[in-house]
Amino acid sequence: MDLNFLDFEQPIAELEAKIQELRNVEFDNNIDISDALKQLEDRSLALTESIFTNLSDWQISQLSRHPGRPYTLDYLDSIFTDFHELHGDRAYADDPAIVCGLARLDDQPVMVIGHQKGRDTKEKIYRNFGMPRPEGYRKALRVMKMAERFKLPIICLIDTPGAYPGIGAEERGQSEAIARNLFEMAKLKTPIICTIIGEGGSGGALAIGVGDRLLMLEYSTYSVISPEGCASILWKSADKSQLAAEAMGITSDRIREQGFLDEVVREPLGGAHRNFHAVALNLKDALGRHVRDLARQPLDELLEKRYQRIMSFGVFAEEAK
Amino acid sequence: MSWFEKLLPSTIRTEASNKKGAVPEGLWNKCPSCNAILYNSELEKNFNVCPKCEHHMRISARTRLNMFLDENGREEIGKNVKPIDPLKFKDSKKYKDRITQAQKQTKENDALVVMKGQLKGQDIVVAAFDFSFMGGSMGSVVGEKFVRGVNKSLEIGAPFVVFTASGGARMQESLFSLFQMAKTSAALTKLSEAGLPYVSFMTDPTMGGVSASLAMLGDLNVAEPNALIGFAGPRVIEQTVREKLPEGFQRSEFLQEHGAIDMIIDRRQMREEIGSVLSLLMAGRARPRSAYKPEFPAVKIQPNTVTEQDANL
Repeated sequence: MDLNFLDFEQPIAELEAKIQELRNVEFDNNIDISDALKQLEDRSLALTESIFTNLSDWQISQLSRHPGRPYTLDYLDSIFTDFHELHGDRAYADDPAIVCGLARLDDQPVMVIGHQKGRDTKEKIYRNFGMPRPEGYRKALRVMKMAERFKLPIICLIDTPGAYPGIGAEERGQSEAIARNLFEMAKLKTPIICTIIGEGGSGGALAIGVGDRLLMLEYSTYSVISPEGCASILWKSADKSQLAAEAMGITSDRIREQGFLDEVVREPLGGAHRNFHAVALNLKDALGRHVRDLARQPLDELLEKRYQRIMSFGVFAEEAK
Repeated sequence: MSWFEKLLPSTIRTEASNKKGAVPEGLWNKCPSCNAILYNSELEKNFNVCPKCEHHMRISARTRLNMFLDENGREEIGKNVKPIDPLKFKDSKKYKDRITQAQKQTKENDALVVMKGQLKGQDIVVAAFDFSFMGGSMGSVVGEKFVRGVNKSLEIGAPFVVFTASGGARMQESLFSLFQMAKTSAALTKLSEAGLPYVSFMTDPTMGGVSASLAMLGDLNVAEPNALIGFAGPRVIEQTVREKLPEGFQRSEFLQEHGAIDMIIDRRQMREEIGSVLSLLMAGRARPRSAYKPEFPAVKIQPNTVTEQDANL
């Protein structure tokens, strides 16, 4: 079993392994088996297609946290140029779970802020699995204010299980750090485009997620609590995560139906982790369009629309008095 | 079952066994902190604070508003706003049924009650969470009523006070409830711009999404003694860091020590303390405006957007 593939990806993994083996045979023995290879490749494609057209919410939730999924720094590599990372909150520390910096999107200078997870064990620990502490959110706010001063649009890439639940984080005011960002982002005088690129985990995601546009990659998720957390509270059992994922409606399709999304950015067949380049191109195209579109709006109009957008969140009934 | 209960006719018996373990309705109450048996009317006179150990008991939103506001000129805001179930959410129970049950139990439509009124003769708008309504969780209705309270404050130029008691966001409304954090926080920017004081009075418990939004944004962050206040719940933290939490962790006194709150106020003094602080903060508003003309013309600030030419995309 290949650990870089999820359960439901295993049949594809097996086929792909077979294809790779055949290729090696072909190369080593200098024989032509391209017909057989072609046949297998077609089968692999068909299999991937059939699996990916019927993904359950729970499978998408697993994809959003796939160990091979591209992270913020991967997009900084492939979409942006001239990236200069900015460190630290100027008060306590630098939090590697959030990456910030100046960059260019084509010719447009922007400020990029994103959660960062780690690829191998060592980096996972260094990045704290993408779970920021208060200083991470305060660093993000510091560079957002800087973007406001220098009239740079802000691009937020969201990918976190949630804000870190630790003793130090509580001592240094995790709640206040998140709350402050929500407050400031509502009135920040520059366009803000937020994209969920993987896991949108609750308040820890929202703390860099208030803005003028909300985009989601196709196989990303966004929820008020992780399916596991929801299951263990409401079903009293973490085994019911699948049910929780479905009940909460955490996929890009479901969230678009709920009316929160401006755009779903399509991923290549098999998910972003199967083809970084393709998803990066799609994301770059979407970000470029939204940056240009927001740049056309006068600032007061932009801020009023953002405020009205935020005020429109929520559904309720009201009886006539 | 004892021999005596067996002798009783069945109708009486079930009644008696049902009452077992339930909190007795009536004259007496037990302090959950020091187990002292307290006479109810004494307890009420003491603002539901245990006279023996000073434990501040949890109280309903309406009890809180009754304690806090002057008797005259109260007017409820957003009274008819009611929850709906946008996701048809169902776990072991339907969300709809949970709402109905909570409404029956608390006689409230949802977990927040908002009122315009007066505190010591000064106009004020107050919102109070009801922890007994689904753990005071914040869904669309709580967010909407909070915003309406803020808007009423802006309209009449009065301070806004909230008493929080909440486990966080309401899971059954998923993103709708998560985004109430953004909605309530955004509304507060308007109070701040208008120069109206916002007091966040945190009571036991104030956690999760409520703590990480409206509760921590007060001009004044205040807490009742020994209230549990934090982002992540103690159990979650213990499981994550795998060590014992320090004594008094996430309690009001801990928060004051770590610089998160301005002060701790005893419930029995809340009217005096908040009234006094607000009259100090509101005093500046009486000052005449625009009497001063700057000698130099103010610098004209460039509109702060990226223009098409700038963008050059």
